[in-house]
Amino acid sequence: MSACAYLDWNATAPILPEVQAAMASALAHCGNASSVHRWGRAARQAIEEARRDVAALAGAEPDEIIFTSGGSEANHLALRGFAGPVIASAIEHDSVRGARPDAAILPVLADGSADLAALDRMLGSEAPPVLVSLMLANNETGAIQDVAAAARIAHAHGALLHTDAVQAAGKLALDRRALGADLMTLSAHKIGGPQGVGALVASPDLPLAPLIAGGGQERGRRAGTENFAGIVGFGVAARAALSLRAHGPAIVALRDQAARRLCAIAPGAAVFAAGVARLPNTLCIAMPGVPAATQVMALDLAGVMVSAGAACSSGKLRPSPVLAAMGVPEAVADCAIRISLGWSTTAADLDHLVEAWGALYARTRAHAA
Amino acid sequence: MTARANHPPIYLDYQATTPCDPRVVQAMLPWFTEKFGNPGSITHAYGREAAAAVEAARAEIALLIGAEPREIVFTSGATEANNLAVKGAAHFHRALGKDHVVTLATEHKCVLESCRALEREGFRVTYAPVDRAGLVDPAHIAAALDDRTALVSVMLAHNEIGVIQPIAEIAALARGRGALFHTDAAQAVGKVAIDVGAMGIDLMSISGHKLYGPKGIGVLYVRRRPRARITALIDGGGQERGMRSGTLPTPLCVGLGEAARLARLEMGGEAARLLGLRRRLLAGIGVRVPDAVLNGDAERRLPGNLNLSFPGTTAPALMAACPGLALSTGSACTAAEVEPSYVLRALGLEDGLAAASVRIGLGRYTTEEEVDGAVDALAAAARRLARGGVTSAGAGAT
Repeated sequence: MSACAYLDWNATAPILPEVQAAMASALAHCGNASSVHRWGRAARQAIEEARRDVAALAGAEPDEIIFTSGGSEANHLALRGFAGPVIASAIEHDSVRGARPDAAILPVLADGSADLAALDRMLGSEAPPVLVSLMLANNETGAIQDVAAAARIAHAHGALLHTDAVQAAGKLALDRRALGADLMTLSAHKIGGPQGVGALVASPDLPLAPLIAGGGQERGRRAGTENFAGIVGFGVAARAALSLRAHGPAIVALRDQAARRLCAIAPGAAVFAAGVARLPNTLCIAMPGVPAATQVMALDLAGVMVSAGAACSSGKLRPSPVLAAMGVPEAVADCAIRISLGWSTTAADLDHLVEAWGALYARTRAHAA
Repeated sequence: MTARANHPPIYLDYQATTPCDPRVVQAMLPWFTEKFGNPGSITHAYGREAAAAVEAARAEIALLIGAEPREIVFTSGATEANNLAVKGAAHFHRALGKDHVVTLATEHKCVLESCRALEREGFRVTYAPVDRAGLVDPAHIAAALDDRTALVSVMLAHNEIGVIQPIAEIAALARGRGALFHTDAAQAVGKVAIDVGAMGIDLMSISGHKLYGPKGIGVLYVRRRPRARITALIDGGGQERGMRSGTLPTPLCVGLGEAARLARLEMGGEAARLLGLRRRLLAGIGVRVPDAVLNGDAERRLPGNLNLSFPGTTAPALMAACPGLALSTGSACTAAEVEPSYVLRALGLEDGLAAASVRIGLGRYTTEEEVDGAVDALAAAARRLARGGVTSAGAGAT
């Protein structure tokens, strides 16, 4: 059994060795990419190479990539940079809700997918231009959204579509053009790149008011000295992501086998969004009657790292708005944990999880008895 | 020049960016690899270990500026910190009937652009002038303040001309009228002593990469007592006590913490050494190019900054003639622009002198030999250009 099983990849992924190597040499380089001297120009070239790699990952053109400090900022740039009204799905990341508290909420169905018939109706009652924000894959349940269909509906109403692809990147093939997404958010640290860097994909013609104004970097759309090492690391991770996606089927097999074993241990266990297409690596499951906080603590003591939803702020555990939006009763949602796998996850890691979870379940039964 | 052709150029652009100190890189590396957790993941050991490292870094930064750790808000850099301070303070205080901001004509682009954005939203902004030495007369600030002033924002040490403004005096004026005081201290932190309490600073921007730390990280200091209230620029997960959402980049936070620790320990000796190098460079130029002009106050400036105009040359021609030197004309952000610096114009410099100015930044790794090499190269190029006329020499620039 592994000493430590890291099963919280949706919170952050370990950095790839090739990313680390590229960043270590980038950190040793001194040069502001906006400086015109030789050191500045070398930094500029490396950034433009990373821009091409990130564009390739997203199915976009290099001049559509705006580097930001991460997914939260990219979501803000997309949604606050847009002047008109916003419709956001009920399962968006906190940074989408935070960016536009005034957004109309698109409901989701019990299976975890956005209600696209409702989207059609809602767009009919909003005056264009409207921006629709629908994430490509949910961070908690892994439910993949039909963004292409949402984009067709949005475009039929003269609206634009933004998709937060932070969790989908590196796990699904991304093709911004095929999806029809006008704006797409990416984060480096979910794909084996560094924390502190992300990107918004947006056509250069799309009007977008900058969130951070100043020196005019990123074509005037995002000011601030470029995070040189971070961007270089993002580029390397983007290139690697194209091949790491090949781990998908093996990860699905590990996940589904673990889910079957967990459900066999606790017959009342519920897997969320099991009826729709999900990210290969994500399992959101409730152990009935055992609060998520108890589960994550017990698992942590046993050396298994999972989470009880999004890893943001909080310092405290709170009921998941995602599960609430799916109509999951609060008593069940309170018992949900998120297990997320990655390319280095082994069968031993999942054995470790199943054993620790089983031990906890047995203890709680013994108490109840 | 050909003798140096195969060497890296002498780096004299420390105000654009500083190399990341190797000790900082060493401190950062483990947080990229085996200790990779999300500091927001409080449910497991990887997350808690990252969170503890972020808190240790926060404490180091606080110590450097006389703040409390809870007053340190991590951002993606000084540009974001300046946007957050200026827009955030204005937006919060709009609800209290305040609609006015005071700043200087010579502030960094990101402060000025933030002010322009506020003007488009209906705020009034006063851009106070500076004198020929680049310094503001506090009387101009006092005259600009009114009861509806939400914020006064004045840079501590200037990025192009290095001058250090009378911050404590201006902060007292702002507080006296019920306005918050913000200072962009990106160039000053770790170079000159700063105590946010003694100086009366409410909000202060810090940059990692101007302090031998990494790019992509900065800080906004936000005073707690009395509390400086601001509206967040990025909402979401609620990190940084709601003032700045987004996953905290642990390695970058750790790097900035280590950079702050090194600055606290080494600042005194380093400043004295740089002052010596600066005087040596200025004296050397003074002897070889007697008509060179120093822009910005001669004494009240960063130890590692000079801004010099070489009459009869233009900055692009001068830089092209010194390929062995990494120099700049001013702010790196706007380096691609051909317009003379708005900063030098605000000092009242004639266009010819403004267009003939270069910024020379000295730092932690600058040696006496490099300073002497820079004097030789600059003096030879300036004299040749002034003698031969600029146009023909400029044609060689590629």
